[in-house]
Amino acid sequence: MDFDLVVVGAGPGGYVAAIRAAQLGLKTAIVERDKLGGVCLNWGCIPTKALLKSAETFETLGHLEDYGLRAEKVSFDLGAVVARSRKVAGQLNAGVAFLMKKNKVTVIEGEARLEPGTPAPVVRVALKAGGEQVLKAANVILATGARARILPDVGLAPDGERVWSYREAMVPDRVPTSLLVVGSGAIGIEFASFYRALGSEVTVIEALPRILPVEDEEVSAAAQKAFEARGITFRTGASVRRLARSGKGIELTVEAGGAPETLKAGVAIVAVGIVGNVEGLGLEALGVKVERTHVVTDSHGATGIPGLWAIGDLAGPPWLAHKASHEGVHCVEHIAGQKPSGLTAPIPGCTYASPQIASVGLTEAQAKAQGLAVKVGRFPLRANGKAIAAGHTEGFIKTVFDAATGALVGAHMIGADVTEMIQGYALAMTLEATEADLFATVFPHPTISEGMHEAALDAFGRAIHT
Amino acid sequence: MTDILMPALSPTMEEGILAKWLVKVGDSVRSGDLIAEIETDKATMEVEAVDEGVVEALLVAEGTEGVKVNTPIARLSGENSPVVTAPAPSPVPASVPVVIAPASPVKKAIIPEGSQRILASPLARRLAAERGLDLTALTGSGPHGRIIRVDVEAAAMAPGPAKVASPSPVPAPAPAASLAQLGYTEDSYTLVPLDGMRRTVARRLTESARDIPHFPLTIDVEIDALLAARSRINSLLEPRGVKVSVNDLVIKAAALALKQVPEANASFTPEGIALHRHADISMAVAVDGGLITPIIRKAEQKGLAEIALEAKDLAERARNRKLKPEEFQGGTFSISNLGMFGIRQFGSIINPPQGAILSVGAGEARAVVRDGQVIIRTLMTVTLTCDHRVIDGAIGARWLAAFRALIEEPVTMIV
Repeated sequence: MDFDLVVVGAGPGGYVAAIRAAQLGLKTAIVERDKLGGVCLNWGCIPTKALLKSAETFETLGHLEDYGLRAEKVSFDLGAVVARSRKVAGQLNAGVAFLMKKNKVTVIEGEARLEPGTPAPVVRVALKAGGEQVLKAANVILATGARARILPDVGLAPDGERVWSYREAMVPDRVPTSLLVVGSGAIGIEFASFYRALGSEVTVIEALPRILPVEDEEVSAAAQKAFEARGITFRTGASVRRLARSGKGIELTVEAGGAPETLKAGVAIVAVGIVGNVEGLGLEALGVKVERTHVVTDSHGATGIPGLWAIGDLAGPPWLAHKASHEGVHCVEHIAGQKPSGLTAPIPGCTYASPQIASVGLTEAQAKAQGLAVKVGRFPLRANGKAIAAGHTEGFIKTVFDAATGALVGAHMIGADVTEMIQGYALAMTLEATEADLFATVFPHPTISEGMHEAALDAFGRAIHT
Repeated sequence: MTDILMPALSPTMEEGILAKWLVKVGDSVRSGDLIAEIETDKATMEVEAVDEGVVEALLVAEGTEGVKVNTPIARLSGENSPVVTAPAPSPVPASVPVVIAPASPVKKAIIPEGSQRILASPLARRLAAERGLDLTALTGSGPHGRIIRVDVEAAAMAPGPAKVASPSPVPAPAPAASLAQLGYTEDSYTLVPLDGMRRTVARRLTESARDIPHFPLTIDVEIDALLAARSRINSLLEPRGVKVSVNDLVIKAAALALKQVPEANASFTPEGIALHRHADISMAVAVDGGLITPIIRKAEQKGLAEIALEAKDLAERARNRKLKPEEFQGGTFSISNLGMFGIRQFGSIINPPQGAILSVGAGEARAVVRDGQVIIRTLMTVTLTCDHRVIDGAIGARWLAAFRALIEEPVTMIV
C-alpha cells in the first residue's frame, strides 16, 4: 500500500480533502492534470472576482459626483485588468502548493485512470513529465470537477474568437462592442455585469421565464430591474435556435413565445451550466454509476465501489466550490472513522454582479411547495442608515420562516456587499436558530447587516424601521 | 495500571459532573473506600472503589461538567491494582470494580440546579418543549452530541413520550460488544446504521422490558357473533362509504371494557397511580424503520363508524409520517394486532407509561367442546400484558372477562 488516501483532482474539493486527511494522520497523495486549485482558483471564482472588482471600481468612478468627488479622463487598461486577475490566480495557486508541502501531501502531476483493485481501485497516473506511476491506496476520492456545458448543435461551441466560454471570457484581448450572454445563472450574470461596466452592449438570453432562476422570484425580478437600469437587456423564456457567423460577428436566432428573433453581436459567451468530468477515468470498467455526467454517491460520497468516493461538482449540484470543500472534509472524516456532522447544513449561493445577490436555504416558493406555512419578512436597503450613507440603497433582504416552528428556512438578499453578509443567516440556519434567536441577536450599528435583523423582525410584524 | 471509568448513575445518564474528588494522587485505595462524588441534575452519588491500588492520576478535574459515561476519570497503579475495570456489573458481584451507593444522606448539589448545560439547538429546545419531551432523555446527533431537530422529531415519532430518567440509581447495562468481538467477520453482514427512531424504539422497549414487571393473561374469545354483526354493520354503512374492521370492533370493545374496569386503565408514576378518565387507545402501526402508535382518543364515547374512519386516517398518515405529535403522544392503553399475519398468540411489551397492552391474534375456525359436543367456532386468542405495579392478576382477569363479554355479545356494545 503506497498511501492511505489518493485524491484525484486538486480543486477546492480535492485539495481541501487532502489537507484534512493529512491533519487526521492519513498518508495522502493528490493527482492533478492541470493546476493546483482547479477551476475555482485558476479559472473561476477567484480571477473573476478580481475582474469584477476592477469593473465595480470603474463603475463607481462613473458616478463620483454622488459622493461630491470629481475625476477626469477616467479610463481603463484592459490588459492591466486581466493581468491583475491572472496575478491573483497565480498567487493563490502558489499558496495551494505551499499548503500541500506544509501538510506533507504528495503532489503528482498527471492524468489519473482507475483500474479494479482491492481494497480500493488502483490509480494509474500518466505523468506530465512522461512515464507512468501506479498508486495503491486504501481509499480513493474522485474530485475531478466539471467543465462548461456547450451547445454544439446550435453552433454554440467556443472557438476562442467569437464564441467564448468562461475561460476565454476571463482573458479578453478586447471589450466587445456588443455581447450576447447565453445563460443567466451566476456565471452568465457576472460576465454580463463585467462587460457592461466596461461599455459593451450586453444582451442576456435565458431559456427559463426569469433570470437567476435558482433565486427567489422577488430577487430575480429586482435583479433584472437593476441590471436593466445599467443598460443590460434581457430575453427570458427564449431558447437558442442557431448561431451563424456573419462578416464581422455573429447572428444568434432565439425564439421566445413562438416568435423567432435574430440578435447580432460581436461575441457570444456560453454559460449554460456545466457537465461533470467523468470521462477517461475508467469509471465504466469499475461499474461506477454515472447519471447525467455526475457520479452517484450516498451522503458520505461513497460510490458503491469499495474504497472509491466522489465529491464536489463531479458528485452533482449545487456546483459550488464551498460545497465541494465541505463534502471533501466530510468524506475524509467519514473514511477516517470519525462521525462528521453537518452535511445537512444549508449551502449559500452568491452572484458577484453589481448589485450582488446572495441566498441560503429555501425560496418562498420552495418552502410553500414543501407544504410549509411560511412567514415572510422583507427589508428594503433604502431604509438602512449605513446603506444611505454609502450610497448603496438599491436592493432588499428577504427572510422565510416556517410558521409552525419559527425556524428560519431561507434568506435572500440583493444589494451591495450582501455576499459578505449571507453567512450570518447560514450560521443561524446551521445552528437551527428560530426567530427568537435572531430577534435576540445584537446587530452592530451602523451596518447594512441591521437590515438582516429587520427582515427577521418584519416576518413577525415587528420591524422597527419600515 | 488500570482506569476507573465514569459510572452511569441511572440508565439514561449519559454524562455527569465530577463534583468532588475524595482521594488524591498517591492515596492508597481499598475496597469500599469512597473515591469521588458524581452529580447529575437529579442527585449526588458517591462512588466506591472495590479493589485496591494506588491513585496514580486523577484524569478529570473537580467540578468538570459533562463528563461522559465510561470515560476514564482516574488511574490506579500498583501491584494490588484491579485487573478489570468496567462500569458495567458482571454477573459475579465480587468482580465489579466500582459500585455506586447513594450518598447518605443525598447531598445538596454543589452546583446550582439548572446550571448543567444541555447541548441542544434553539429549534430542538422549542420543539421538545412543545411536544413535552425531556431533553435529558434524548441522544444528540449533532456536533459534540448536540441535540438537533431530527433527534427531537425521531423521539417524537417513537411510541409515547420520552421518559424522565428514574431517580433511583440502577446499574447501567453492559455496553454491547463490537461485531468483531461477537465473532462476525466484516464481510459477513450488512450494517444498517441506527436512525433516531430505531434508537428510541430500542431504548424505550429495553427500558420497558427491563424495568416493568410484565405478566401476560391469555384467553380465547369467540367471534362468530362479532363477524355477523360486522357484516350487518358494514352493509348498513356501505352507503356512507365506511367499512368497519374487526380491529375497529376490538378497539371499541377494549375501550368499553376499560370503562367497566377502570382499574385497568392506569399508569404507574412515582407520585402515584394515575387512573385515566378516558380510554385513549393507542394502536400499533408498523412503519418503515419502526413502529408508531397513533391514538383514538375517548374511544369509549365514539361510534364504530367514527372509530373506523379515524383509525384508517391515522394509520395512513402514520405510514406517511404525517402524524402530529399530539396524535401519537399519550394514550392510556395499547392494542397490537398481528392477526393479519396469521399469528395465533403473542405477548407485547408495554408502551410506558401505559399500564397494559392487548395483543390480538388471528381469528380462526377451531374445534370447541360445548355441552359435551365438539362444534366449530371462530376463535381469536388475545393476551393482555399487564404492568404488575398497577394491574394485579385479578384486575387483568376481570378486564378480559368484560372484553370477552362485549366481543361475544356485540350488541352489548351499544347498551
